[in-house]
Amino acid sequence: MLNQKQAVLLESPAQTNDVPPPAPAKIQEPDTKTVGRVTVDKPIMTTRNVDVYYGEKQAIIDVSIDIAYNEVLSMIGPSGCGKSTFLRCLNRMNDTIESARVTGKIELEGHDIYDKKTDVVTLRARVGMVFQKPNPFPKSVYENVAYGPRIHGLARKQAELDEIVQTSLQRAGLWEEVKDRLSEPGTGLSGGQQQRLCIARSIAVNPDIILMDEPCSALDPIATARIEELIDELRQNYSIVIVTHSMQQAARVSQRTAYFHLGDLIEVGETSTIFTNPQEKLTEDYLTGRFG
Amino acid sequence: MSTPLLIAVLLLLTAAAFEFGRRRALQVAGSEFRTLHSLPRYYGSFTALWCALPALVLLGAWLAFEDKIITNLVITDLPASYQSLSEPELNLIINDLRNHLSGNVVSRELSPDMQVAAAHYGNLRATSEAALTVLFLSVAMLGMGLAWRKIAPDFWARNRVEAIVKVLLIICSTLAIFITIGIVLSVLFESIRFFQTVSIFDFLFGLEWSPQTAIREDQVGSSGAFGAVPLFAGTLLISVIAMLVAAPIGLTSAIYLSEYSHPRFRATAKPLLEILAGIPTVVYGFFAALTVAPLIRDVGNNFGLEVSSESALAAGLVMGIMIIPFVSSISDDVINAVPQSLRDGSLALGSTQSEMIRKVVLPAALPGIVGGMLLAISRAIGETMIVVMAAGLAANLTANPLEAVTTVTVQIVTLLVGDQEFDSPKTLAAFALGLMLFLVTLALNVIALYVVRKYREQYE
Ligand SMILES: Nc1ncnc2c1ncn2[C@@H]1O[C@H](COP(=O)(O)OP(=O)(O)O)[C@@H](O)[C@H]1O
Ligand SMILES: [Mg+2]
Repeated sequence: MLNQKQAVLLESPAQTNDVPPPAPAKIQEPDTKTVGRVTVDKPIMTTRNVDVYYGEKQAIIDVSIDIAYNEVLSMIGPSGCGKSTFLRCLNRMNDTIESARVTGKIELEGHDIYDKKTDVVTLRARVGMVFQKPNPFPKSVYENVAYGPRIHGLARKQAELDEIVQTSLQRAGLWEEVKDRLSEPGTGLSGGQQQRLCIARSIAVNPDIILMDEPCSALDPIATARIEELIDELRQNYSIVIVTHSMQQAARVSQRTAYFHLGDLIEVGETSTIFTNPQEKLTEDYLTGRFG
Repeated sequence: MSTPLLIAVLLLLTAAAFEFGRRRALQVAGSEFRTLHSLPRYYGSFTALWCALPALVLLGAWLAFEDKIITNLVITDLPASYQSLSEPELNLIINDLRNHLSGNVVSRELSPDMQVAAAHYGNLRATSEAALTVLFLSVAMLGMGLAWRKIAPDFWARNRVEAIVKVLLIICSTLAIFITIGIVLSVLFESIRFFQTVSIFDFLFGLEWSPQTAIREDQVGSSGAFGAVPLFAGTLLISVIAMLVAAPIGLTSAIYLSEYSHPRFRATAKPLLEILAGIPTVVYGFFAALTVAPLIRDVGNNFGLEVSSESALAAGLVMGIMIIPFVSSISDDVINAVPQSLRDGSLALGSTQSEMIRKVVLPAALPGIVGGMLLAISRAIGETMIVVMAAGLAANLTANPLEAVTTVTVQIVTLLVGDQEFDSPKTLAAFALGLMLFLVTLALNVIALYVVRKYREQYE
């Protein structure tokens, strides 16, 4: 796996999960109204004073937060508060929306991802994304997983590609279920399997971070439990940012939780602290179900 | 009253019936108008429909049979000497009578006998018109009256109106179907007559097309050869050239419009492209014949090629331009129907936009695109004007696009233009060709629609 991982990081050889760049001597706490500590000791990604506008309308207001190596960060908040919008800034998926405009600074291992010199293709190979509705391509299971490695030229031989497909499916916990039907269409799997196929598809390009936008909201409880387990396992190798509507899910899978409200990042903290002892009234109201 | 006048009166009556019906409903309901089962205007519509429809049916039936009946009456009342005349001669006489009555020029002076017959004819017509007027108006009034009497608060006018409207819709839609079937049958019967003189095998597989047949019994020479292969080969050649032009240009412009262009550009460019389909084909025809064909010939001559002044290439190129919008418009719709989530999925894996289009969007849209192409081909096969003007009439069996070829449609035109008996094999051949053409385009359309529909289902 390590070899493959290095193969993806074509841009700067120094950037790997295993050898993080030296952390700054003293962490500069950003100037923010967010309650709780938004920084971490060894961030893989940092965001500072991010604003997002859709045309005239501001959807994200001055958000700063760090993402650590090998952590699951969950983002919660009432619908329309900008969770998806913020998540989509992290791999520049907002570029595909004509009216969207992002300001502020977002860095992946010290490199500004909105810099002109950053290739968005490489960025997205390093910051993968899993969507709310499973969206396998109308191709075979194998081709779905092989898609990313193919476009990034990660395998020179068929055997290598087979290997990548198998490991990715194994890591996504789908191998046992599909190993005999690799040539069947991915769209023919069950919803939960499709979502795990989409996870396998992102794992196949060996990202550093996986963004998940309500990955279980279209799934039944059993498929959901299966994915939650998976997220916990994936933390060994990746950082994960997950948007979720279910507070139980946030509590089960994440180490840190960020609470968004109407475009503001209200509060950030250890998941256990946020859930047992929120500092902000808004957070508490949301968690106790007074609105949302 | 004359028919247009009758219809005008009926319109007025219908409008009145609507108003009467509506008022009646409000009146019978009194202050309790909420107890009415339907809205007042449904009672109005109900009365209006009952006023108009039976009267119209009567009018239609009357007009359909009036002429036949009157003519028969006139003929039976003709003096005995006329009774023995043959049918064409009788027709001629009736024609004279009609012309006389309407004050037109008559081919010969009317004999006294005929004067009597003409007067009789005129009388019958007048009677018929008067009878129709009376009947028509009474049916309209009667219908209105009956409907009016039925109006009561618990009368379900809305349901009745909806039912009548539904029947009307069904009639209109089946009408189109029956007309199509009628056309097909008439072509089919004429084709069968053709195949009685020329064997179907010779027609389908014969390599020579030269439809000249003797007009008179004693004429020497051409007995006609009806091998349709050169025509279908010509049609195929021109359609292939047209698709070679239209498919790449149409598809790439569809990709550009749907994936790359700014929405504002797309909003102007797409209608502009579709204008291409609205240009009359005869305009394309002279563009092909006067501009493109000479150009090709000159260019070809410069390269030392022998190019005839009417060539398959010229017709094919211009036809290709004409069907670009078919390809681009359908492809564009189909590409747009590929869900955004698939694009997002591909982009999120770090694919470039062109990788996304090539590997996800186009494969997903392929069936629909193929369907669009098939529709375009069937349009190309049926196209006539451009080929008549630019491809020539010579039934050459060739694969060389620089030679003149001819197509099925062109031959149909030339077969039917000219003085031939209507039942000569030459004219009947046109029906056989028409039938073949119909079958081919029908098959293409069915396949295309099937493919497109199948594709649609995939994402719903
Ligand atoms: N493509 C878009 N164009 C314009 N406004 C948008 C778009 N996407 C989202 N928004 C707006 O931005 C705000 C945040 O949306 P979103 O990030 O989807 O919220 P969440 O994911 O938290 O439910 C909402 O008010 C929404 O209406
Ligand atoms: Mg969302």
